[in-house]
Amino acid sequence: MYRYEFRRKIVYLKKLFNKIDNFMSKQILEGSHAIAQVIRNIKPGVVSAYPITPQTHIVEDLAEFIANGEANYEYIKAESEFAAASIVEGAQAAGCRTYTATSSQGLLLMLEVIYNIAGMRLPVVMTLANRGVSAPITIWNDHQDAMSARDTGWIMLFAENHQEAVNQHILAYKVGEKLRLPVIVNIDGFLITHSYEGVLVPEIKDIKKYLPNYNPKSGEYLDPENPVTLGAFASPEFYLEIRESLHKDLVLSQGEILNEYEEFKKVFAECIDKDKKIEVDNGLIEYYGNMDAEKLLICMGSVAGTVKETIKDMNNVALLKIRAFRPFPKEEILKNIEGKKEVIILEKAISLGFGGILASEIKSLINFSTKVKNPIIGLGGRDVTCKMIKEIIDCDCFDKEIFVAK
Amino acid sequence: MKIESKSGSSINNKTGGWRTFIPKVKIEKCIGCGMCAKVCPEGVVFMNEVQGNKKKPEIDFDFCKGCGLCAEECPIKCIDMNLEEK
Repeated sequence: MYRYEFRRKIVYLKKLFNKIDNFMSKQILEGSHAIAQVIRNIKPGVVSAYPITPQTHIVEDLAEFIANGEANYEYIKAESEFAAASIVEGAQAAGCRTYTATSSQGLLLMLEVIYNIAGMRLPVVMTLANRGVSAPITIWNDHQDAMSARDTGWIMLFAENHQEAVNQHILAYKVGEKLRLPVIVNIDGFLITHSYEGVLVPEIKDIKKYLPNYNPKSGEYLDPENPVTLGAFASPEFYLEIRESLHKDLVLSQGEILNEYEEFKKVFAECIDKDKKIEVDNGLIEYYGNMDAEKLLICMGSVAGTVKETIKDMNNVALLKIRAFRPFPKEEILKNIEGKKEVIILEKAISLGFGGILASEIKSLINFSTKVKNPIIGLGGRDVTCKMIKEIIDCDCFDKEIFVAK
Repeated sequence: MKIESKSGSSINNKTGGWRTFIPKVKIEKCIGCGMCAKVCPEGVVFMNEVQGNKKKPEIDFDFCKGCGLCAEECPIKCIDMNLEEK
């Protein structure tokens, strides 16, 4: 009798452990660790990156996984960011899944290769730990480095927090490989890369359900059996059409991002933020707050968290967070701006000699009767506080860009 | 759009599209000296038999860049360079 009871208990416990094993558990992780773990689980074939603050921890972790025998991608050491980008470009052209990460000056050094990767339609995924650009030298966060790669033909996603960064990396591989477009996932340097937060990192078997293996078609990659040239010389009769098709594919990728994000929500339901005040949640944008609010804040990246904290008790103010900066979601933004009396575009970058970059793009969509505020905030890692955001909402400073600091 | 190119396909790149001026030979005036074929930097002027036993120039316009050397060097100036409308 006693033995029977004991055996039953063991069976019960085994079932329970199985359940726990199958259930993804939330960990307290540094942003960089979370991203490195999800990249390991996505299983790229080649990883190459050159360490630069604040991206360093991602690269360190990816090298450590190899040293510990926890992963089996090829980790190729590079002597510069230019080399790292060239290595992943070549590896992707040879038909394997790749990953690289960089920041600030590193991206600027990569820039020539960045254009080439997009032009050759190689679906490389890159993490960009956003940091200001020199001079004066800064290692702290803003979005000026990302804006230098704005027109290169890459899809650009911006993450608000650790979980969104993890989600967007999986989404990036799915969309990128389907449409043959490279993707930059932007995460705010230090604010995301070096801070700790609860985050769910999907396991290999869960990712496999969503993301199929990378199998490029024959004739679309370098293969001695079927030789082709990628990125070959194009005479004036062809170049215009090739650029046009890249532009059109990038614009059309909005639909694919929307579809794939819906699919993502179904497969990884635990990874989605289920705040009750989030009214619209799709791959391109997120709308937080009352739909009939009169004032609308627009921003990208981690500052959205600060804004949510500020406006959570305000009924008249809402937040539109832009997740996909390229392709620029014109229709989605227009739909949510309609009827708003005042639009406040919080910007962490500036086009020197002109003004806000995001603001100029949004202003091109809306009519002149809408009042626009364009505060430039947080350049070079300057703190953005709730008090500052409150002051910006209440101030009377329209049409011209203003630099706001605490 | 297919952007990969097969090996050995650079011949498909018709570089004549770079041309601004197009040469026109007055065949009846031509004395068949062959100077134009000799000076052509692209090697696209061929002396072929067209009228009787005199050899006259034929130009491959797929690759002629319209440099005008043939017109400049022609001893009897029977080649005109005209603006090409596309």
